[in-house]
Amino acid sequence: MRGFFRYVGRNPALGWGLGILALLLLFSYGGRILIDPADAYALATKPDLPPMLDREALAKIGEMTTFEDKLAQLRLGLRHIFGTDTQGKSLLASMVLGTGLTLQIGAIAGAIGIGIGTVLGFVSGYYAGTVFDNIVTSLVDVVLTMPGFLVLVLIASSLADPNQMTVLTMGLVVSVTAWAFPTRAIRSQVLSMRERPFVMMAKLSAMSGHEIILKELMPNLLPYLVMSLANSVYGGVMGSLGLQGLGIGDRRQPYLGMIIWWIQYYSAFLRGMWWWILEPVTVIVLLLTALILISFGLDEIANPRTRRTV
Amino acid sequence: MTPLLELKDVTKVFGKKKAYTVALDHMSIGVPEDFPYIITIAGESGSGKTTMGMLLLGFYTPSSGQVLYRGKNIHELTGQEMFSFRQDVQAVFQDPFAVYNPFYKVDNLLSIPIKNFGLASSKRQSRELMERALNGVGLRPEETLGRYPHQLSGGQRQRIAVARALLLKPKLLIADEPVSMVDASLRATLLKALRSLNQDFGIPIIYITHDLTTAYHVSDYIVILYHGSVMEAGEVDPIIRNPKHPYTQILVGSIPWPDPNRPWGDTGVAFPKSVAFDESAPGCKFAPRCPFVFEPCTAKRPPLFQLDDGRAASCYLYQSDETVVRENLMDLFPRKEEAEAAAD
Amino acid sequence: MSEPILQIVDLRVYYHVEAGAVKAVDGVDLDLDPGVKLGLVGESGSGKSTMALALMRMIKEPGKIEGGQMILDGTDLMTLTTEQMRQARLSQLSMIPQGAMNSLHPLLRIEDQIIDGMRDHDPTLTQHELRERVGVLLEAVELNPRVRRMYPHELSGGMKQRAAMAIAISMHPQLIIADEPTSALDVVIQRQVMETLDRLQEELDLSIILIGHDMGLMAQFVDRLAVMYAGRLMELGNTRALFQEPLHPYTDLLIQSLPVLENKGVFTGIPGITPSLLDVPPGCVFNTRCPEATDVCREIVPAFRELQPGRWAACHLHGVVEA
Repeated sequence: MRGFFRYVGRNPALGWGLGILALLLLFSYGGRILIDPADAYALATKPDLPPMLDREALAKIGEMTTFEDKLAQLRLGLRHIFGTDTQGKSLLASMVLGTGLTLQIGAIAGAIGIGIGTVLGFVSGYYAGTVFDNIVTSLVDVVLTMPGFLVLVLIASSLADPNQMTVLTMGLVVSVTAWAFPTRAIRSQVLSMRERPFVMMAKLSAMSGHEIILKELMPNLLPYLVMSLANSVYGGVMGSLGLQGLGIGDRRQPYLGMIIWWIQYYSAFLRGMWWWILEPVTVIVLLLTALILISFGLDEIANPRTRRTV
Repeated sequence: MTPLLELKDVTKVFGKKKAYTVALDHMSIGVPEDFPYIITIAGESGSGKTTMGMLLLGFYTPSSGQVLYRGKNIHELTGQEMFSFRQDVQAVFQDPFAVYNPFYKVDNLLSIPIKNFGLASSKRQSRELMERALNGVGLRPEETLGRYPHQLSGGQRQRIAVARALLLKPKLLIADEPVSMVDASLRATLLKALRSLNQDFGIPIIYITHDLTTAYHVSDYIVILYHGSVMEAGEVDPIIRNPKHPYTQILVGSIPWPDPNRPWGDTGVAFPKSVAFDESAPGCKFAPRCPFVFEPCTAKRPPLFQLDDGRAASCYLYQSDETVVRENLMDLFPRKEEAEAAAD
Repeated sequence: MSEPILQIVDLRVYYHVEAGAVKAVDGVDLDLDPGVKLGLVGESGSGKSTMALALMRMIKEPGKIEGGQMILDGTDLMTLTTEQMRQARLSQLSMIPQGAMNSLHPLLRIEDQIIDGMRDHDPTLTQHELRERVGVLLEAVELNPRVRRMYPHELSGGMKQRAAMAIAISMHPQLIIADEPTSALDVVIQRQVMETLDRLQEELDLSIILIGHDMGLMAQFVDRLAVMYAGRLMELGNTRALFQEPLHPYTDLLIQSLPVLENKGVFTGIPGITPSLLDVPPGCVFNTRCPEATDVCREIVPAFRELQPGRWAACHLHGVVEA
């Protein structure tokens, strides 16, 4: 474990990326204590309030006796600390829940992307030249040349009722394009690794094809796979933010991207509601930066040639 | 008798329409099962020697011709037959690092085949086998087992690779430049181990190398390749001491002997400059560089002519009526008993 | 007797890693007379490549030249500033590195690469003069003049190595260090390249240090030979004498382990493995593998001294003398 921290110390990208991600996770899951989930929905409280503390409410904490009551009072006091939007949602609550939702969507898309990518990538790479491989590569080529985001918009908006889109659905939609790049990337890694003498040795030792894939190739590609996962999650998050920003999805839910939608809808810029704009943008930038840094950092592990120290 | 492993008129071409290379050109060679000799396949880079090894092991598919294992095409074997093939034919490769999966300990290289080929019935027995094999190459198991590849030196890693061959006792071993990436002082030990595998257990070895000095020491027969074709073949001693084919003469003449009293240029052959190779040119492949080139050389590719001392050279200088039918290069190499019987 | 062109005195190069100091070069003394070809032979882990880098002062972190002098034509290279050393490289001493494939710039034509070095050292040369020089150089290394407009990837291994030679001699240095220049080449090309180098040496009266592990190549090419093991010199002497009658057991074993035409089927190796340079055995560094090691060998480091005129060795068998 100590070795892990030492390594991270020498790999600043990974260190910072993981750090920021950890903070965001803390914010979205730990922060739940500080909010009343109902406040993330319309008409929860007074609209258009800039960030402020409800000092009266906070002052009353001392008067409460039970823990639940104290907590409820604390929540009341903090409710406007990020301000509120035109629909009267507490932006603190929105952001806390929204960050969590975005992370979940990212995780779903990432998992599906890497799951399919790994299986297809390994099998088509190891059995390159076969019919299966040709089908997979053609499919990947088609998906990658399509304008991915437009496809997502098409799919999402043709669903029965976009307003009912759950997190899962959104994750699934976004992963439609998320699997293609990992498949291609993993396939090419497998293609080159396949020619290495240790794979030849494995064949000489009468190891079967799938044994070789699982036991010889996969462990060596683990860092690469994790990096692909980071990229997949990144893609998933971006895709979902894009869809939400266009208003596609359940608009009542506090998705981060949906906040962007509402900002436009209610002309937040023109009305000078700087807090409403600044907060989601900050969190989005932090999240994407964290994912990129993690990807960079993992790239260094996956590609030892770029390592600075041994 | 069906040979154990055979290349039947195999040609391997790399590249496409305009820019292609013939790595191996109509090669026929079959190793019988009872052939306790070491044959060197020698040549420089681009000669086709490594390609030949890869074809024999089934890692390359021939562009034309067939690779046969006990008479069956190795690319059409059933699961059981393929297993048998892997059991019978093993290899040692050049790079002491690349044959190891960096993720696992070096024990893996030995333990996996022991398990897959059922050579031991218990973990303890497996361990005993490994230790014995390691001792056989001069390694101490305590210092090597349980380590990762990067924790051992190149010499140690290559020794383990050779120990693997000793352990598995295949019916045929293909050694592709097994000592070229290893220090001079270790080469002798490894070659000795290979030689003993051959002499003590009667296992035929195909030794692929560019280093004629080690070839001389370790093998009985030699085949000299140049751009995919055989230039000269026969017993190693006469060929190295007294090369007949012009290319062999240059090759032997370029060997830097570790003897200051034996300088380069000993063979007295003029030194050709390198020229780009034209795959489509008819005639002998060495003609553009050959100091003895004359009329027939550029017209048609010379067949392998048999010389008096039993060797064969693909050169019009030695034109005779006795050509070697390219059915099987191995016909050149009689079994030692036959040769001894004939000598009596 | 002229002054030596190069004097190496007690050179030490250590690499500082987490586990300690790797003593790649640990006290090497060496003299090279002008116009002489000296071979530095050693196996992997002997420190010979580090010597090449040290002479060019191209040792990078975590390596460091801990001490010693490298006196080239009267000037100690260790006393030069970075700028002065940069000037000295190519004009006073140059290197033909191992695997020229990696040292040539992949995106520049050969001609431009040669000119690059020359122009840097002598800005007064005109473009015309530079181009003319390139022609002369290519002819000297026996490369077709067409090569000047080509890129490295269009050349074969032997041709690339010759291009590297052309760069190395472009400013007429006094000393050329060739670090395993032919290890990646076929035996026939190797001979051609070495014969070219030999001819260049004669024509330009160069001093050459050839670094490698191939004793055969050394026997064919160098006048004097130094044998290195685990960072120290074991023996130094005239090539012929060394092969005929080695003074150090390591040299002897090394020569014996080489296959020659006579004793077919006789294999002698050197048992044991090279010690890690982090943890060198006490006393004589070779004692763990030496068949003639005695107690004193395990305790006292033998001095590297002149046992016969021009023949040096570090071995207690010729009398116990501490370093």
